[in-house]
Amino acid sequence: MSKTPKPDELSKVDYTPPKTGWMDTPAEFKQGMWCYGSKPKNLETLEFPNPRQWSPADEDWKLPENWQEILLNGLKERLDKYRSFKVFMDICVRCGACADKCHFFIGSGDPKNMPVLRAELLRSVYRGNFTTAGKILGKLAGARKLTYSVLKEWWYYFFQCTECRRCSVFCPYGIDTAEITMMARELLNLLGLNTDWISGPAANCYMKGNHLGLEPHTIVGNLEYMLDDIETITGIKIKPSFNRKGAEILFVTPSGDLFADPGTYTAMGYLMLFHELGLDYTWSTYASEGGNFGFFTSNELAKRLNSKIYAEAKRLGVKWILGGECGHMWRVLNQYMDMWNGPADFLLVPKSPVTGTVFENAKSTKMVHIAEFTADLIKHGKLKLDPKRNDHLKVTFHDSCNTARGMGIFEEPRYIIKNVCNHFYEMDEHTIREKTFCCGSGSGLNAGENMELRMRGGLPRANAVKDVVEKYGVNMLANICAIDRAALPAILDYWVPGTGCTGVHELVANALVMKGEKERTTNLRGEPLNGMEGQE
Amino acid sequence: MNAILSLIAVIALILIALLGVKTANLHSLFGIAVPYAAMAIFLIGVISRVLKWGRSPVPFCIPTTCGQQKSLPWIKQSKLDNPSTTSGVIGRMLLEVLLFRSLFSNTAFELRNGPKVAYGSTRWLWLGGLAFHWSFLVVLIRHLRLFTEPVPACLSSLEVLDGFLQIGAPGLLLSGVVLLLAVTYLFLRRVLIPEVRYISLAADYFPLFLILSIALSGIIMRYFTKVDIVGVKALTLGLVSFNAVIPEGISVVFYIHLFLVSALLAYIPFSKIMHLGGVLLSPTRNMPNNSRMERHINPWNYPVHVHTYEEYENDFREKMKSAGIPVEKE
Repeated sequence: MSKTPKPDELSKVDYTPPKTGWMDTPAEFKQGMWCYGSKPKNLETLEFPNPRQWSPADEDWKLPENWQEILLNGLKERLDKYRSFKVFMDICVRCGACADKCHFFIGSGDPKNMPVLRAELLRSVYRGNFTTAGKILGKLAGARKLTYSVLKEWWYYFFQCTECRRCSVFCPYGIDTAEITMMARELLNLLGLNTDWISGPAANCYMKGNHLGLEPHTIVGNLEYMLDDIETITGIKIKPSFNRKGAEILFVTPSGDLFADPGTYTAMGYLMLFHELGLDYTWSTYASEGGNFGFFTSNELAKRLNSKIYAEAKRLGVKWILGGECGHMWRVLNQYMDMWNGPADFLLVPKSPVTGTVFENAKSTKMVHIAEFTADLIKHGKLKLDPKRNDHLKVTFHDSCNTARGMGIFEEPRYIIKNVCNHFYEMDEHTIREKTFCCGSGSGLNAGENMELRMRGGLPRANAVKDVVEKYGVNMLANICAIDRAALPAILDYWVPGTGCTGVHELVANALVMKGEKERTTNLRGEPLNGMEGQE
Repeated sequence: MNAILSLIAVIALILIALLGVKTANLHSLFGIAVPYAAMAIFLIGVISRVLKWGRSPVPFCIPTTCGQQKSLPWIKQSKLDNPSTTSGVIGRMLLEVLLFRSLFSNTAFELRNGPKVAYGSTRWLWLGGLAFHWSFLVVLIRHLRLFTEPVPACLSSLEVLDGFLQIGAPGLLLSGVVLLLAVTYLFLRRVLIPEVRYISLAADYFPLFLILSIALSGIIMRYFTKVDIVGVKALTLGLVSFNAVIPEGISVVFYIHLFLVSALLAYIPFSKIMHLGGVLLSPTRNMPNNSRMERHINPWNYPVHVHTYEEYENDFREKMKSAGIPVEKE
């Protein structure tokens, strides 16, 4: 793979559209802008069609003879199954309101990264095959044939969309490019055209319960490392349980937080909080993934991976489920899980054993977001907090796309942060809450080989961070998403060096005064606390 | 190129009407048959398009949430931007359909050296769009006076309101002027903004030119050639009572106007103008965000192949046991 250009080079973006019309400008596969193709073994594990060794850079993608027929039948089937898809194919007026809302367009200037044009890539084929005007008038009606070149263009650009839904906020009809990208990726998967960064984790999740492929003993081992660290820092020995029947609560969080920092500090935060509360809960090694890379592949695979959460809750006989900090995990839990794998009639309406609060907003899915849970604890004064321990931090909060635009969890994390940190600053109003910018690596794009794409897509987010770094001296970006915690460190290093990235519950645990703890001299990262330097 | 082709198409329509009436004397065809046919295509087309959309189910609850969700009682929910009830959804839809709320929040960005990405609100598209749609609606409602006898009082008062400037005779109606300006603005931004020009299809220019020509021909009739309004009304009343006869002496401009309107009506069901119906069916806007509170049903939900706990335990039983994880089968 080519080396990613330096920031000052990358930030010279030319927004002038090409001389040739978009239908006459085939996709040029630029190094650093795409991910490797799916490996056959992963597709076989997932029982997906056309497993074979291939590379997107190859001329020949080794497709079945009748690939066009497969795609067009697939398209027809999806038009009949999703009103969203059908309506969005028909009603766009190309007003252009969405055009400059996409982080990939802002960072790349490529017109096919304008949401409207990304959608037209598919719409043009829809018109050419399924509308009278398109069949008769062809190009004049914005219609075209499904050629090999169009197929490659689809692959290139539908894996340059993070399904973040920012465009759909601004569209006067609510046209959601995420819906269109999801359909396009489903279609591509009919031909075995996934990226391996998606099909690999999905296959891991299917067989081993989580994207990282952590086997049960490894999960326990990883948590034990964290517990040792917690003991060193606080003097408290924590003993969590795994796959324990009869626990009140099943806790599910993205596996990324069990594997690499800074996510691991967030996981330590969960462990400390739950211990302090004396919560009757269990981890599961079978349902050890909150995230869902199936969601970036197809509806069916997403459902297959998601099924483990309710199945495990049922097997263990828990009363309700608590979910950790993750972005697309919560879009799935909020907008899909009940319709796939519900009804969760074997669970009870979630009730906080600490405050007695009944979570009415989760009375059907029986699954509560940890930020809701913790905000409720703080509101009821159930936690002893010392925000001064976070005084070396000037914190800003990044709303993750999925929890922002597929759920609307804005105040809960802010309330928590303001209670555990003394220095909190908001970024530019056009870049937070429902207008938040994606990290640029969502929907399975956080690979290594597409680093230029990720840095381009991360520009708007990182740039808004840079603004508060310069204005207020912000040095920490808090978020509630495991992909953010995995992807943003690299993006911040590139665009705003020196800015850290943290989960909200890491901040909570650092401020949490635990019963019987020794005087803390370091935070969870092992960095000396203010006034404690040299006391290690 | 797309713009020129669309312009040619509209000019062709004008010529067809001009030659058809002036040269071929096909008054009945252009005054009666074509309008009826166009209306039939419009009604059948729009209804069948909406039914076609409606036949596809809405399997998932996918509103785009643009504000705080309903969660803990002490956290203020954004009831319009993230509704959890039907009344909230109705409020959101009304603001969307009547006031173009999403477009109101539009922003523009600029990438400066540094790099520094700067954002600002931009409301020109919102204003132009709103002016266009509302003036079009007023013009349409005003035209109802051609189809009613006696003219209802509300229509007359609307016209008085519309002509409150009291300039010239016949009095200048504001709606027509606004419509003309708004269409011109929408056309200009399409050709002048490079990104918008790049995405524009012939199907984007054609309705603009068509509506522009309709407005212009109407304005010519009202203010300049002073069409025989008594004759026109005799024809329009005849059309709605299914008893149409062609009165003598109506100028050809009227037939052109009528033909362009017919063309627009017949074109609507096959075009992007269907967004007027589509926005009402858009799942990202017309659904409440209550899918954790209430169960939605996916009508085509089907069983899928899953990797069961039993299979998982079979794969890892020994490792689980040695790590102290309880198992189902020893």
